[in-house]
Amino acid sequence: MSKMVPVKQSYSIVPERDYHKSPILEAHHLGIDFGGLTAVDDFNIAIGRTEICGLIGPNGAGKTTVFNLLTKVYQPTRGTILLDGMDTSGFNTVKANQAGIARTFQNIRLFKNLTVLDNVLIGLHNDINCSIPKALLRTPSYWKAEKAAKTKALDLLSIFDMQDLANAEAGSLPYGAQRRLEIVRALATNPKLLLLDEPAAGMNPSETAELMENIRKIRDTFQIAIMLIEHDMNLVMGICEGIAVLSYGKIIAKGTPAEITSNPAVIEAYLGKKEG
Amino acid sequence: MENQKHISMPVRYGINTTLIVLFLIMGYVLTSSGFTNRAQTSLILQIGIYIILAVSLNVATGYLGQLPLGHAGFMAVGAYSCGIFWKSSLASALPTPISIFLGLVVAGIVAAIFGVLIGIPALRLKGDYLAIITLGFGEIIRVAIINLPSITGGTPGLLGIPKHSNFIVVYLCVVFTIVAIHMMMKSRHGRAILSIRENEIAAESCGINTTYYKVMAFAFSAFFAGIAGGLYAGFQGLLVPKSFDFMASINILVMVVLGGMGSMIGSVIAATVLTALPLLLQSFNTYRMIIYSLLLIIVMIFKPSGLMGMYDFSLSRILERILNRDFPWKKKKGDEVNV
Repeated sequence: MSKMVPVKQSYSIVPERDYHKSPILEAHHLGIDFGGLTAVDDFNIAIGRTEICGLIGPNGAGKTTVFNLLTKVYQPTRGTILLDGMDTSGFNTVKANQAGIARTFQNIRLFKNLTVLDNVLIGLHNDINCSIPKALLRTPSYWKAEKAAKTKALDLLSIFDMQDLANAEAGSLPYGAQRRLEIVRALATNPKLLLLDEPAAGMNPSETAELMENIRKIRDTFQIAIMLIEHDMNLVMGICEGIAVLSYGKIIAKGTPAEITSNPAVIEAYLGKKEG
Repeated sequence: MENQKHISMPVRYGINTTLIVLFLIMGYVLTSSGFTNRAQTSLILQIGIYIILAVSLNVATGYLGQLPLGHAGFMAVGAYSCGIFWKSSLASALPTPISIFLGLVVAGIVAAIFGVLIGIPALRLKGDYLAIITLGFGEIIRVAIINLPSITGGTPGLLGIPKHSNFIVVYLCVVFTIVAIHMMMKSRHGRAILSIRENEIAAESCGINTTYYKVMAFAFSAFFAGIAGGLYAGFQGLLVPKSFDFMASINILVMVVLGGMGSMIGSVIAATVLTALPLLLQSFNTYRMIIYSLLLIIVMIFKPSGLMGMYDFSLSRILERILNRDFPWKKKKGDEVNV
């Protein structure tokens, strides 16, 4: 068992939300250096249990690096990450996922040659209870587990109305559908926190609006926290309850969408400093 | 979709089992009644052994997406352990069928242990590096066999192995291999193996322990290579280290690549054709290897993904299509009312 660490409320973006509960994720003084380059430094954040929060910032600010730190693709140089009060230091990507952090990728990483259904079933991998001997002997428990998993996978696909595509090859789907499938696959791993890396990239405005609805629906149905990186400000301002702005690896502002849009430091980071 | 006829699982298994048994009886009658001559019988046995080798290598190459070049090494480990077991059990009171069975089990398990031992360090590497390190391991196994004459007979070889590999033994092993690999691949473990081939980073972020599954698939592949080695020992009656050099590994890899990486039926067809071809071409003895090589080149130019690509054969699927009158040469569903 990992040690329990007392919860700090002060890092949260929107403190009033889920105030009575401990945050699902906390990062304390998180930082990583690549050689001499400090990509992320002194990153403090707390995310509520059912919060949708946004991570924005100019290109190269280190947003995806933060995701990679949270999912343990990179091991942080400094700082701690607490998931549900549990210290995740020493975890690898697999363990971080099993502990409850699921993610999608900026450049889509689907299992392209497999069917849509198989993609979701792979997400359900740890949910299916079937040992190797049982699978080889095709015992009744194998059939039961496979059938239950298939039903669950189709249920998950129905969030995005994709159940009819179940037998299509994942690589043959249109771009928007591939992004949606990645979200379904991440959801299949039964996360407590879902990290979405540019979910609306390459989508048209109507698809983006639909995606916004769906992200909200996912939060309400599964009661999970969602953190997203996005450049589409309509989407970010529309659904995020709290927003953190990252610039040169540091958080320069945190707050509600209204606070962020009027924050001078944010405007400076995006547009540059006003002369004179 | 609703009106489609489906074949239920018990019926599918029934059809497949019936065909397997019919084929067994047919093969047994043909080989034992003298219908096939000795050369033909031995060709059938060789094809069976190479089918097991190709199908098992396909697990590591086609499904896991790695490129190991030491498959003959695992085959050698299996061949020698089985050969030694059978030889020593000649003196004991073990009934022959049990001795055959135990020998093959020992061959598989010893090879799988080597698979784990080699897999743990080797699978940290990818692509060309993995190919070279497994090639090295394969050679180490061969050199070790040469230098342990007290156990393995050294360079002159291990002689006097009882010739246990008849049609029934080889056929049952082929069926066992194919069924076991099929069952594995159509479970969550098989999907985990495929996900590593497709995208390792995504597999990890789906909570799949990639190291475990890589080593597991590698050991699984080695297990069947060991069984094939055991059959080879019982087929030849003697074992020389030279037959397990890296050209043997390449031969098996060629079968997998030619058949289509990730296609079991492809591996079976390619193993059959490439084993039979040199013998069928014996009358053109001088040009034999040229034809063989040209065939490889032509397939690789016109179908680089292999003969079968990633297609996997399913008799039930074909039967279902016939039942539903859904033939590839017909147009879309809907305009097939009164056919």
